[in-house]
Amino acid sequence: MIYFDNAATSWPKPPQVKEAMIRFMDEVGANPGRSGHLLSIEAAKILFETRELLAKLFNVKDSSRIIFTYNATESINLALKGLLQPGDHVITSSMEHNSVMRPLRDLEKKGVGLSIAPCSSNGELDPKEVEKRIQSNTKMIVLTHASNVTGTLLPIAEVGKIAKQHHLLFLVDAAQTAGSYPIDMEKDGIDLLAFSGHKSLYGPQGTGGLVIGERIDEKKMIPLKQGGTGSRSEFEEQPDFLPDRFESGTPNTVGIAGLLEGVRFVLNEGVLTIHQYERSLIEKLAEGLLEIPKIKIYGWSKHREQIATLSFNSLSLSSSEVASHLEERYGILCRPGLHCAPSAHKTIGTFPEGTVRFGLGYFNKDEEIKFALQALQSIG
Amino acid sequence: MSEQYGVILFPSVHFALRAEKRAKDEGFKIKLIPVPRHLSSDCGVCLRFPWEQKEILLCLLEREGIRVEGIHPLE
Repeated sequence: MIYFDNAATSWPKPPQVKEAMIRFMDEVGANPGRSGHLLSIEAAKILFETRELLAKLFNVKDSSRIIFTYNATESINLALKGLLQPGDHVITSSMEHNSVMRPLRDLEKKGVGLSIAPCSSNGELDPKEVEKRIQSNTKMIVLTHASNVTGTLLPIAEVGKIAKQHHLLFLVDAAQTAGSYPIDMEKDGIDLLAFSGHKSLYGPQGTGGLVIGERIDEKKMIPLKQGGTGSRSEFEEQPDFLPDRFESGTPNTVGIAGLLEGVRFVLNEGVLTIHQYERSLIEKLAEGLLEIPKIKIYGWSKHREQIATLSFNSLSLSSSEVASHLEERYGILCRPGLHCAPSAHKTIGTFPEGTVRFGLGYFNKDEEIKFALQALQSIG
Repeated sequence: MSEQYGVILFPSVHFALRAEKRAKDEGFKIKLIPVPRHLSSDCGVCLRFPWEQKEILLCLLEREGIRVEGIHPLE
């Protein structure tokens, strides 16, 4: 079996991820930060160490500004709904996933103005398209770091500069890039960074987070939920300090124990090493696909940076037919259709039929790419 | 003569763990211990430190932006 669906969830994981989760269940198991006993402190240390390593990975000075969530979608919802009020205006791109589009469309109904900067049919964004949509009431710019459909990187550092110049908040959806492409909160000018734990950070599903930058006053940001935090229990009001303000209820400590080892793996390998390897894989795939006459690929350019995700279509078969042939005849697992990103498909001209998406990962091998190319040659 | 200790209480366990890590890095003789019964702090742990190092330790915590809820001498 060949797994090419890493853009949805990475698999397999480094073995130490699973081992840490088993160790947590066997030897720790307790509720973090809810008591002073040995096991509670052990559990709290897992959350703390994970925050510290994530802070190192994203260049965050104060690790208490990293909030654990269920996934990147929850992080994006927290950032948007916690900061945008009726009367505010927000700008995003046409390459966004529904994790951004759906909460924005919901906020739009509640009186938040929304502008969408169009991207090219290659999925590229010209930062000027963002800048010219800034209004007097614009509060935030939201961008995906890389498209989950075409793997195209958006120019976040340039847009980060624009955001800073105009005193706007900048939210980046790093679901596809956290762990597989360098991210620097300071250099890239990011105020809010939403990431998933189960993709290129190699944690289990049910892990993710939001980094809340120093420019954000957390006291003015509204939590999605309130509840027990293990702190200030004498008060019935939610704490105003981080991370407790946004982390009510018992967390997914067993999942975060796995995530900790995933992040450690990324730091040990090096994000750049991971990116360069994945980049070499995607280049082999793209160059091979370009030689198959009955296949059209989307958004690829040899001359610019790209993550290890790529979309293509057969000129004779639908994306779901291609995917089912690949699975049934060759044991290749990928994803056909719209990938939760209708706006991105409208941008690249593949709506509503969608595309076949290969989401490659760090554990894929050259031979698997060669095999898949041979398979596609015969399917056509 | 036994050494005089004090404890620092924190608003949450995250701050307690961060204080422990930073203070250890700086060579302070500190230890995370359960909060003594006559004091109260939700997160359950506090940082025990040699009382004579109180001022420089508090300076470090302030520099690191670590919130402190209370400081008490240990009997």
